[in-house]
Amino acid sequence: MKSAVIVFPGSNRDGDVMRALRQAGSQVEKVWHAETELPKGTDLVVLPGGFSYGDYLRCGAIAGRATVMDAVRAHAARGGLVLGICNGFQILCESGLLPGILMRNANLKFICHRQFLRVERNDTAFTRAYAKGQAIDVCVAHGEGNYTADTETLKRLESEGLVAFRYSDTNGHVTPDANRNGSMNSIAGIYSDKLNVLGMMPHPENLIEDLVGGTDGRGLFKSLVSSFAKAA
Amino acid sequence: MKARVTVTLKNGVLDPQGKAIEGALKSLGVDGIASVRQGKVFDIELGTADKSQAEASLKAACEKLLANTVIENYRVELT
Repeated sequence: MKSAVIVFPGSNRDGDVMRALRQAGSQVEKVWHAETELPKGTDLVVLPGGFSYGDYLRCGAIAGRATVMDAVRAHAARGGLVLGICNGFQILCESGLLPGILMRNANLKFICHRQFLRVERNDTAFTRAYAKGQAIDVCVAHGEGNYTADTETLKRLESEGLVAFRYSDTNGHVTPDANRNGSMNSIAGIYSDKLNVLGMMPHPENLIEDLVGGTDGRGLFKSLVSSFAKAA
Repeated sequence: MKARVTVTLKNGVLDPQGKAIEGALKSLGVDGIASVRQGKVFDIELGTADKSQAEASLKAACEKLLANTVIENYRVELT
């Protein structure tokens, strides 16, 4: 599998996600935001975390309109895989690839801690290495992760099974306490209609080594690489 | 020609920053304030003297970038 990690001015988690992808067995190339094309043979596009353009205007607003995003939109329209983590999720929402928006955390605090997520489905390219309903131990680090969408969009996400992850406790129970940023329906990540675009606020790439306390994040990258090996 | 674009949150959209400011005003003892909603103001200089062209450019600017119409409304004033 060949991954392209897009770098915007202010991206800062590109190195970590590249490491996670390589560990899972993917080839990885860094792509600057001003490019007009993706490297030939790109299977997966990753929008990493960080603070693109210093979060000016709205988080992800300016990056969402970068030149390279036309190529990313075309890749997604062809059914290509796209993963946006943290600021990458904000960029996907701002670029129109995913519905809704990430607003300021309801408690107004930047949150940075270990966080369990419930895997809502394991039949997608991103989650097949997990079990359905499994609680995975990852990290969150954001000030604007409060997922918000209009009633109609929310209804559609729920009825079509497009919620990827929800904030949960260690047992996979979705509780108000586990939803520290105030996201609607405890949403931590969502898929596009065709399940080929995933945006998520938490950082699976942080938990890929025992040395730093856990490896639950590996499953996501493993899923991507293995589902690609199957398709090829 | 100049324009002022005001971007505000739609009604019903939670505005935690507005709420925090509201709380700060209360704690400062500023009386008579019922609620606060925070927005953004953009002062824009137009490169054209044609009013309808300016209006079209400003609408495009708002729709494409300045406002996220999922949660925000915008208002354009030409001066």
